[in-house]
Amino acid sequence: MEDMKVEGRIWKFGNDIDTDVIIPARYLNVSDENELARNAFIDIRPDFATGVSKGDILVAGKNFGCGSSREHAPLAIKAAGIRVVIAESFARIFYRNAFNIGLPLLESEEAAKGLADGGKATVDLATGAIEGETGSFQARPIPEFMARLIAAGGLVQYVRKVKVGR
Amino acid sequence: MPMTITEKILAAHAGLDRVSPGDLIEAKVDVALANDITAPLAIKVFDEIGVETVFDADKVILVADHFVPNKDIASAQQVKLVREFARRQKLTHYYEGGDSGIEHVILPERGLVLPGQLVIGADSHTCTYGAMGAFSTGVGSTDLGAVMATGEIWLKVPPTILLRYEGKLRPHVGGKDLILHTIGLLGVEGALYCAMEFAGSVIEQLPMHQRFTMSNMAIEAGGKNGIIAPDETTLAYLAERTTRRFEIFKSDPDAVYDRVIDIDVTGIEPQVAFPHLPSNVRAASQAGNVPIDQVVIGSCTNGWLDDLRDAARILKGRKAAPGVRLIILPGSPLIYKTAMREGILETFLEAGGVIGPPCCGPCLGGHMGILAAGERAVSTTNRNFIGRMGHPESEVYLANPLVAAASAVLGKIGGPDEL
Repeated sequence: MEDMKVEGRIWKFGNDIDTDVIIPARYLNVSDENELARNAFIDIRPDFATGVSKGDILVAGKNFGCGSSREHAPLAIKAAGIRVVIAESFARIFYRNAFNIGLPLLESEEAAKGLADGGKATVDLATGAIEGETGSFQARPIPEFMARLIAAGGLVQYVRKVKVGR
Repeated sequence: MPMTITEKILAAHAGLDRVSPGDLIEAKVDVALANDITAPLAIKVFDEIGVETVFDADKVILVADHFVPNKDIASAQQVKLVREFARRQKLTHYYEGGDSGIEHVILPERGLVLPGQLVIGADSHTCTYGAMGAFSTGVGSTDLGAVMATGEIWLKVPPTILLRYEGKLRPHVGGKDLILHTIGLLGVEGALYCAMEFAGSVIEQLPMHQRFTMSNMAIEAGGKNGIIAPDETTLAYLAERTTRRFEIFKSDPDAVYDRVIDIDVTGIEPQVAFPHLPSNVRAASQAGNVPIDQVVIGSCTNGWLDDLRDAARILKGRKAAPGVRLIILPGSPLIYKTAMREGILETFLEAGGVIGPPCCGPCLGGHMGILAAGERAVSTTNRNFIGRMGHPESEVYLANPLVAAASAVLGKIGGPDEL
């Protein structure tokens, strides 16, 4: 299992960030995650894909990932190097998709509002504790079933172990 | 214990007597659906899981509808991969070319979805089949790949919001306006994680295609599903399409709802959702002077035969305003053929329209009608996010087919009353 402690730069977005702006449909004719990552947020924040580093943290407002079911969206974010997304709330298909591919999500209204773009933060994925330059926050811990998915390495590994018995 | 229709279907598919909101269940899947964008990733996941064959070759349905006819080499490669998988797995239902149409139109049209079923699709608008009294929801490719392998999915039982529509519908107002009004009322996250149950005398009188339109857009309010209890309208629709048996579920009168919202439809005018959220609605009559460059009529939301009939009624003997590109995409080959026989396509051509093949086309900015910077479109589709139909500085306004057709003639946003 990967280290549960994350430390990185904060990339902050607003409310209702939809999967069309996370990865526009014109880039969906491929499934390669590194190519997807190059075009993440290209229409609303072109400096993201070029500036993001491995281990960085994405922070957003309400309803992050709304719209299309395209798994290319969390894949693009994960492949870009983002280690955890913290938001006030997540759209449900995005929520499933992210945990299924091993991208952890944390829900916290206070952190989503309090963390500042460009700052540094440390996040404990096991407890949901967040330490930022602008304050300390406690996100709701990752639900048990989701934690099991992450611990197994995503849904594929979970299904292999639990359902198929391989 | 009383249950909602959603809870009953989920319980039946999990082998349980009852379920409550918040319960995590493992449910058996009746239909597993993916398209040319989501299937390639799902197939990769399926292969990684390492089983030889899909759980049931009759229950996995793959439809090439988003970037078809293949718009570029990369899309062609994706569809090739899906086609080869379908052949290798001997899938009964693989649709491409003249056999294909928009997934959420052809599945009901061909009797492939039934009331009481549990349908999982790697497409967010899979919620469309809720209109037939099925539990139907969208997932991503990894979930779908796991369903193809196991025939099961884990689900959290959602709380249900009951939406009751009463009153008398005004002229030119239908399912599209009701759902846009509802999304405006709830907001784009107002039904997050929830089941939406549409009921009331207005829904009971709504024709099937307008019910599909309403369930289709449940996701735009954040809903997990958008369900309507089957009634005589549903049964009549099915009688023409299938002889397969199915089970009808209905909510108990004393079922427990998270919220009950009563909507009086009497005052609702034709609605338009302004950029860049489907919840940003106002009456078409209050749109002001918004000149447009393009009108799109079609999609899984409004690509039904009766939608085309509506548009043709407005366009008969009229022409799209100079400078307005009118694009029509029928939802299926059958709808295309019927529209041709009824003279509807001729009406569109005489109005200056361009008729495309049954596919998703410009709805998601794929092809066949992409917008340039600064351009505006009135569209019968379901999303108006930034860059949805093309350039990030273009704009999409969502409306019903009557308003879209009237806007094409007017050259600006407006309803049929302004013609």
